[in-house]
Amino acid sequence: MNMISSAAPPLDDPRDRGGPAQPLLIARELRKHFKVKSDSGTAFVRAVDGVSFTLFKGETLGIVGESGCGKSTLARLLLHLVRPDSGELVFDGETVAEMRGITVNALRRQVQMVFQDSYSSLNPRMPVQDTVAFGPFVHGKSKAESKAVARSMLLQVGLNPDLFGSRYPHELSGGQKQRVNIARALAIEPRMVILDEAVSALDKSVEAQVLNLLRALKADFNLTYLFISHDLNVVQYISDRVLVMYLGAVVELGPVDEIFSHPLHPYTRALLGSRPSMNPKQRIEEPPITGDPPSPIDPPSGCRFRTRCPFAEPVCEARIPELGAWTDRESHVAACHMQVADSGHSRAVGNA
Amino acid sequence: MPEMDGGLQSTGSSATGSGLAAGSSNLVEVEDLSVRFVTREATVHAVNGVSFAVRPGEVLCILGESGSGKSVTLRALMQLLPPRRTRITGRIRVDGQDVLSLDRAGLRRLRGGLVSMIFQEPMTALDPVYTIGKQITETIVRHRGGSQASARARALDLLELVKIPSAAQRLDNYPHELSGGLRQRAMIAMALSCGPRLLLADEPTTALDATVQIQVLILLRKLQKELGMGTIFVTHDLGVASEIADRIAVMYAGRIVEEGPVADVLANPLHPYTQGLLASTVHGQPRDQDINAIPGSPPDLRRLPTGCAFAPRCVQVMAECRAGVPEERRPLAGRMARCIRVPAGAVLADAVADRV
Amino acid sequence: MSQTAVLSHPVTEADEQAAPALKVRGYWASVGYRLRYDPVTMFFGLVVLLIILAAIFAPLLAPFDPYKESVIGRLKPFGWKNHLLGTDELGRDLLSRLLYGGRVSLLMGVVPVCVATVVGGSLGIVGGFAGKRVNTAIMRTMDVFYAFPSVLLAVAISGAMGGGIGNGMIALSMVFTPAMCRVAETATAQVKNLDFVEAARATGAGTLTILRYHVLGNVLGPVFIYASTLVSVGILLASGLSFLGLGVRPPTADWGLMLSTLRQSIYVNPLICALPGAAIFITSISFNLVSDGIRAAMDVRM
Repeated sequence: MNMISSAAPPLDDPRDRGGPAQPLLIARELRKHFKVKSDSGTAFVRAVDGVSFTLFKGETLGIVGESGCGKSTLARLLLHLVRPDSGELVFDGETVAEMRGITVNALRRQVQMVFQDSYSSLNPRMPVQDTVAFGPFVHGKSKAESKAVARSMLLQVGLNPDLFGSRYPHELSGGQKQRVNIARALAIEPRMVILDEAVSALDKSVEAQVLNLLRALKADFNLTYLFISHDLNVVQYISDRVLVMYLGAVVELGPVDEIFSHPLHPYTRALLGSRPSMNPKQRIEEPPITGDPPSPIDPPSGCRFRTRCPFAEPVCEARIPELGAWTDRESHVAACHMQVADSGHSRAVGNA
Repeated sequence: MPEMDGGLQSTGSSATGSGLAAGSSNLVEVEDLSVRFVTREATVHAVNGVSFAVRPGEVLCILGESGSGKSVTLRALMQLLPPRRTRITGRIRVDGQDVLSLDRAGLRRLRGGLVSMIFQEPMTALDPVYTIGKQITETIVRHRGGSQASARARALDLLELVKIPSAAQRLDNYPHELSGGLRQRAMIAMALSCGPRLLLADEPTTALDATVQIQVLILLRKLQKELGMGTIFVTHDLGVASEIADRIAVMYAGRIVEEGPVADVLANPLHPYTQGLLASTVHGQPRDQDINAIPGSPPDLRRLPTGCAFAPRCVQVMAECRAGVPEERRPLAGRMARCIRVPAGAVLADAVADRV
Repeated sequence: MSQTAVLSHPVTEADEQAAPALKVRGYWASVGYRLRYDPVTMFFGLVVLLIILAAIFAPLLAPFDPYKESVIGRLKPFGWKNHLLGTDELGRDLLSRLLYGGRVSLLMGVVPVCVATVVGGSLGIVGGFAGKRVNTAIMRTMDVFYAFPSVLLAVAISGAMGGGIGNGMIALSMVFTPAMCRVAETATAQVKNLDFVEAARATGAGTLTILRYHVLGNVLGPVFIYASTLVSVGILLASGLSFLGLGVRPPTADWGLMLSTLRQSIYVNPLICALPGAAIFITSISFNLVSDGIRAAMDVRM
C-alpha cells in the first residue's frame, strides 16, 4: 500500500475545485473565549486566541499540545460545532459563511470528525450499523441505500457487517468502537477528517492497528487529515506537518522532520524532551521544564510560555512574539523572541 | 529543610532495616493468585494464577493493556475489591502477613501504615470538601496519633518533599484549586504520610500532560530510592515502565507472560506478546510503513481460550499452544516467560535470542 | 458507490475470531433477560398484574353489588353469609367494593402520570435541548409549581376546583408535571453534551432529526423509570385526596374514601377497617418494587 506524500495532492477528485495547489482549509485569526464565573466576577477562558494555519490538500497536519491548550476547541471551531467569536474559515477557496461562500452545512458534508473513543462517542441505544447509516440518511439517501453504505463502510474499516452490524456499542471492544467511529465519519464521503485524540484511549496494540487503518483509508479515499493528539510519538509517525499549541496560541509550525529534529521554540523542545526514553539505561534525570501549564483564564502577558521558560527575559513579558511569516509547506516558524534578530532578547538569532 | 529531609529518610531506612531483620527477603510474595468476578450472567476470570515477589526497595512494573488484570492484581493486594462478588484464591503475603486472612482491623493497619496506594485520578482519591492539609493531617493522626499541630508540621514537610511550590499556602487549598500535577503530588504526599514500606501505584501518571508526567515520574523515582520503599507500579505504557522500573512483569489475559529486569526485557523480549507490544508501540517507526501491529483484540475474560491465551493473535502459533497453558520457563537468570517456544532450561542469551 | 472499491487492506480475521461469541443481545433483550432472573421483581410484577386484572374484571369478579346496602349486615366479619371479606359500615360487600375501588385508585394513579409524562416530558426535552432562554422560561415556570409541597398543591387545586374524579386527576397531573419535566430536562441536557450528539450535528443533521434518533431513545429510559415510581405516589395521593373528601365522592367505591369512612368503625371491627389501607399499601409497594427492579435492570450497560 502506498502512502500519499505531502507532495502528491489528490488527483481527479470531482469534488476538488481550486486545483491541487489551493489549500483545502485556511483558518485566519480564529478566536473563541468562554465566559466563566470566577471569584472576582466573570472571567474569560481564552481557549483559542488568534489561531491561523493552512491545511494543504492530501496532507496530514498534526496538532499537539497539553490539556487546556485549546486543540479540541479548535477542532470544534473548524466544524462550527462551537461558533467562533471572530476569525475566518476558507474551505477550498470559499469563505464559510451563511451569506456568501459555502454554508456550514455544506462544510459539514466535506469535513467530518472522529472523537476520542469514550463511553459517549456512540449512541448506546443504537446498533452500530444504524449509527454509520445515520449520516447518509441525513443527507437524503433512502434507508436501504444508507444501510448499504453503512455495511460497505464497516467492511472497509475491518468489521464484518454480518457479525458486527447489529451489535450495540457496549458489545464492542474499544478498538472496534473506534473503527465504527471512523466508518461513521467516512460514510458521507468527506474530503477532510478531523481526528480529535482518535487513538489516545486505545491500548497500544490496538492503537497501531487503527493508525495503519487510518493511513490506508487516507490513500483509498483521498483524504486530508487534521490529527489532534497529545502523543508526540504518534504525531511524528502520522503527520506531514506539525502545529504546536500552548494556551490557545500557535507556538510553532513546520514540517514534521524539521520540528522533531530542530525544534525552534523552547516549549517544543520541552515537549520533545519529556518523552520517556524507552531505554532504561538512558533515563531522563532532570525534567526539561517544571510546573504545570497555567490556566487559560487570564494567561500570562506577552509570551504565554514565559512563566515556564528557562530563557524568559523582560522582552518576553512586554511583547507578544509573532509567529514568523510562513509561505508554503516547507516553512518552519516559531513564535519566540529568540527567533527574531532584533527583538531585544539577549539570545536572539544574530546576537550570539 | 535539610533536617526534615533527614527525618523522613531515617523513618524510611529504619523501616527497611526492620523488614530485613524480619527474616524473609521479600516484601511482597504473591503465589498463584486468582481473582474471579461472579455475576448472575457470567464469571469474569480477571486474574488467573499470578505469582511474583517484590524485594524491599525494588520497583516492579506490571505492564499490560486494559483487561489484562494488572489493576485487579494491585487491588487484590490491598483487598480493595468488592467482597460480595469477588472470589480470590491463592496466597498474598505482605511483610510476612497473610493479607487474605486479615480481619478488618488488620486490613486498616495494613492500608494506612504498611501499604499506601496512589491512583490515576487524584480527584477521586482526594476528598473535595476538605483542604489538602486537613486530609494529610487527619491521616497522620489516625494512623500515628500525636497532636494536630505536629501532624500539620509533618504535612508541610511532606508537601515540600514532593516539591509543591509555596507548600505552606497549598496546605489550605482544596483539591479543585490545584492543577493536575500538583494534585497528583498532593496525593503522593498523602500516601507517604505514614511512612509506607510498600507503595502501590495504579497508572499515577497516565492522566497527566507529557511535561508534567515526566516530572512526577522522576519525583516518584527519587522518593522511592530515598525512602527505600518497595513499589508496584501498574502501567500500560512501555515508556513509563522504562523510566521507573527495576523489574517488569508483562500481563496478558490475567497471567504474567513474561518477567525480568526491565532493560533485558525491553532489549530482548522472549514472549511473542511482549515482542508484539514493543513493535506496536509508536516510537520513531519509519513513516512510510505500516506499524507491525498485533492483529485482533484481547480475549473475552468470560471465556478464555484453552491453552495460551495469546495463541489466537500469535504469529508464531503452533498446535501445541492450544493444548494447555504454557508453564513458566526460565531460560536465563532472572527471566521468565510462559511460551512453549522458549527453552525450558537455562541457556545462553544468544541461543534464546536466536530461537525466538 | 466509491466505497465498494477493492479493499487495499485486508479485513483482519483475527479481529472477528477474538470478538466475543457470547450471545449478542439487543439492549431491551438484555434488560428482559436480567428481569427474568430477578425473583423479587418478577413476583411483584405478578402482583401488579393481578391487581390490574382484578380492577379491569371487577364486574365479573365481584360477588355482590358494591352499592347494595344492608341495614342488618353492617360491619360483619370475614365470611359472613358468603361475604368473603365481610361488610362495611353500610352493609355493602367489602370484597366487591375493594375490587371496584381498585379501578378508581388505579385510574387516579395512572392517568395523571401519563399526562405528566407526555406534557412534562416534552417540555423537559425541549427545555433541555433548546438554548438558555427557552430553558430558563420553562424551568423557572416549573420551579414555581415545584416550590409547593406536592400534597398541599394537590389539595389546593382540588379544593379550588371542587371534588370528583376528573378534577382529582387534573390536580395530580399538575403536581406531577414539574417533576417529570425536571427529570426529562436533566436527562436531555446530559445526552446533549455527549460526543455522539455532536457527531450527529457534524453530519449536518437538524435539531428535530437529532432529537428523534439520538436524544429520545436515551431520555425515554429515565423518564419511564421515573413515571413508574410516580404511579405509586399517584395512588397514595389520590387516596389521600379522597380521604380528605376532595377526590371521589360517596358512594363511589375508592380505597381512600373507604379508609376514611371505615375509620369511625375501627373499634367495632378493626380488621375490616384496615383492609382498604392494606390494598393501598400492597398496590403502591408492588409498583415501587417493580419500578426499582426495572431501574436496576436498565441501569447496567455492560
